[in-house]
Amino acid sequence: MQYAFAGLTLGSIYALVALAFVTTFNITGVLNLAMGEFLTFGALLAVSLLAAGLPFPLACVVAVCLVALLGGLMERVAVRPVLGAPPLVPVMVTIGLAVSLRGVALVAWGTQTYTLPAFSPGESLRVGGAALTLQSLWVLGFLLIVLLGLFMFFDYTVSGKAVRACMINRTAAELLGIRPERMAFYSFVASGALGAAAGILITPITLATYDVGFMLGLKGFIGAVVGGLTSVPGAVVGGLLLGLLEAFGAGLVASGMKDVVAMLVLLAVLLVRPTGIFGLGRGREA
Amino acid sequence: MKKALAWPAGRWRWVLAVAAVLAGPFVINNGYLLGVAIMIGIHTPVVLGLILLMNYAGQVSLGQAAFYGLGAYTAGILTATWKWPPLAALLAAVLVSGAVAAVVGRPLLRLREQYLALATLGLGILVFIGFNEAKALTGGPSGLLGIPYFSLGPLLFDRDAKFFHLVWLINVGLFWLAGNLVRSPAGRALRAIHDSEVAAQAVGIDTGWWKWQVLIFSALLAGLAGGLYAFYVCFVSPSPFGLVASIEFVLMAVLGGGSIWGALWGAAAVTVLVEVLRAVVPLVHRGAGGEFEIIGLGVLLVGLLLWRHTGGREPLQALRRYCGRPWRLLPGAARGNPGLNRSQRSR
Amino acid sequence: MRRGEILALIGPNGAGKTTIFNLLTGLLVPDGGSIRLEGRLLNGLPPYRIAGLGVARTFQNLQLFPSMTVLENVLVGLHLELSVGFWRGLVGRNGRAVPEADGRVRGLLDRLGLEGLADRPVGELPLGQQRLVEMARAMVSGPRLLLLDEPTAGLDAEETRGLISFLRELRGSGEVAVVLVEHHMETVMEVADRVVALHFGRVIAEGPPEEVQRDPAVVEAYLGA
Repeated sequence: MQYAFAGLTLGSIYALVALAFVTTFNITGVLNLAMGEFLTFGALLAVSLLAAGLPFPLACVVAVCLVALLGGLMERVAVRPVLGAPPLVPVMVTIGLAVSLRGVALVAWGTQTYTLPAFSPGESLRVGGAALTLQSLWVLGFLLIVLLGLFMFFDYTVSGKAVRACMINRTAAELLGIRPERMAFYSFVASGALGAAAGILITPITLATYDVGFMLGLKGFIGAVVGGLTSVPGAVVGGLLLGLLEAFGAGLVASGMKDVVAMLVLLAVLLVRPTGIFGLGRGREA
Repeated sequence: MKKALAWPAGRWRWVLAVAAVLAGPFVINNGYLLGVAIMIGIHTPVVLGLILLMNYAGQVSLGQAAFYGLGAYTAGILTATWKWPPLAALLAAVLVSGAVAAVVGRPLLRLREQYLALATLGLGILVFIGFNEAKALTGGPSGLLGIPYFSLGPLLFDRDAKFFHLVWLINVGLFWLAGNLVRSPAGRALRAIHDSEVAAQAVGIDTGWWKWQVLIFSALLAGLAGGLYAFYVCFVSPSPFGLVASIEFVLMAVLGGGSIWGALWGAAAVTVLVEVLRAVVPLVHRGAGGEFEIIGLGVLLVGLLLWRHTGGREPLQALRRYCGRPWRLLPGAARGNPGLNRSQRSR
Repeated sequence: MRRGEILALIGPNGAGKTTIFNLLTGLLVPDGGSIRLEGRLLNGLPPYRIAGLGVARTFQNLQLFPSMTVLENVLVGLHLELSVGFWRGLVGRNGRAVPEADGRVRGLLDRLGLEGLADRPVGELPLGQQRLVEMARAMVSGPRLLLLDEPTAGLDAEETRGLISFLRELRGSGEVAVVLVEHHMETVMEVADRVVALHFGRVIAEGPPEEVQRDPAVVEAYLGA
């Protein structure tokens, strides 16, 4: 049971990251492999702002906003210019960005670990014989809120439907007067915000270092692949699933194997069904 | 055909190359520079394989460092722990790398571009974790010591000058092989696959098989380089074989450009750049170490790709526009911006 | 189909003509039925095997090899004859057939009206000539079945006449069966022995060109809905 909670908590983070991945991928066709850095920067900026004296909630909000801006900047300067290039170029650009940002984080914050206070102090709850920290509840809660918000956005608002149209068929959407460039920009901004929030939420549990975002981002991405890169609910399911698999795998086998589980899952999915559980189309040739 | 006439000129080129290699250590007087030249020579085979894979078969590998590392560890473990003769260990390093590529490659190559890139990424990380975790075999993060000098019969390669000869003579041989490949009908087939896989299939090219061969060959080359690395540094640890290394190799391949000779320039440029950064950075920022290296590489990769694929001026123009007036960042403000005509995605 | 026969596939866009080509060349696998070449079942074979059995094609959206010259593009068409494999290629065994192949290719280029262009990068040529290069590539290996997907698209009147006479030559030689997907009715009428009309994936008419042209179902498909 303990594993389940740990798995769900981490899985929620993966799910959030996976969500961001899938949305940007479907709107822009680019896999933003620099996503992990949004988590890192969100967390570390919050830490610094807190240390600078800002009240905790404000620090978090400002950090999220700054990272959202970073996302937007990234889209404008580095991603949009290369959208017409052969398919792998934008991905490589995001890799380059990820590496640069990680270096910047290393320079700015060094190699120490940092932490943030838990959102609500107090004892963990005991559910079904296992401990569930309050912070985990925050993480799960946030995921639920995001999902709810997205659901309402996509189904009940005009702009939400426009985004969905864009995700399904970009050219058709353009013909209808929707502007994919705006969507692309906002999707990067949103994924920045989402990533930063996720980073801040998980830090009280797993602590933060300059490269914390990298693995989290990668695993969130694997979650998206598992669920299907063309499917938003799939991304969430995939992320949660990966979290659970990791927790059980690491708990039952060995803790160093946590990352191995994720990689094996990635390779397994790519070999068996590259488009994921809910994905459409085939990721391979005849 | 023209071949009969080209041969003497071709042969002389190789003779010249060998002569240059032999003269190398005497021309490069500085011990430090000689070491750098050796490292360039060790990186070159990896980049050569990667260029063949990327520019001739049209596939990307974000995990080449895995094959590089496999080669290094195989050579290291066989000589240090099991006392194999170095030559046999080096050959084994090459073969192990190739074998892994052969086994893993066939299914992986059926994936489409983005998915293949990810699969190689995952593979690279998996192997890296393997190096770190298999402590009994590899010595874990602290690494494997006690690798002897490379020797070929009576020849012992214990000095940099000799190792320089070894590495670069091997490189000359590799370029000879690669040059042959590129000029042969096989090279044409590979270029066909790169240009249009569907048309290549329509003329009878078994594209899956060919891509597989290129992958195996690139792994053989990387394994060879890894083995040489092990015999040069006489110590292996996981750190040179992680994701950053894979990205460095990709950067070298991208920088070097489309032909096989680009492997030389790319490897040289990035290796030198890294050394320069290592030397210069501590002067600017006290206490900084290899961190700036990463930033520099990342920025370089991004800049290079942007340059190459947008004709260079667009991002600079964009930057200038936005730096002066940040509110222009928002979409809708960007009117009259060239390159916005993207009613057709390329994918 | 019979050797030396030219069959034209016509039909409004989306009727399934290119799909048939994709099925014939193995890019798509049929859900039912069978495709046979001289008695041999083609279902499920990968495209490169089918090509090896003597099926060649051109593409509607032109799939040339932009990094190569005209000569090299067509030489790739001879891959199965010339290639010695990856590993032998490494050690420089190029095979003895190369100079002869060069000559054959140049001869074919001359016949198609592309003389003198052999060493130009293929991307520099105008569309009409590019289409001819693609056809040369398909034909150079002497296929038994040649599939031409909209060969006259982008050709001017003179080039079209050249193509028509070339196709007549092919028919005369009796060596190869040709299937044309074509929108240009003049070409169809002049060259085709038999016409099959498709609409929404079904055959609505089949027979000699004049008959099919007059068939009411065909007229309706083109002019109606």
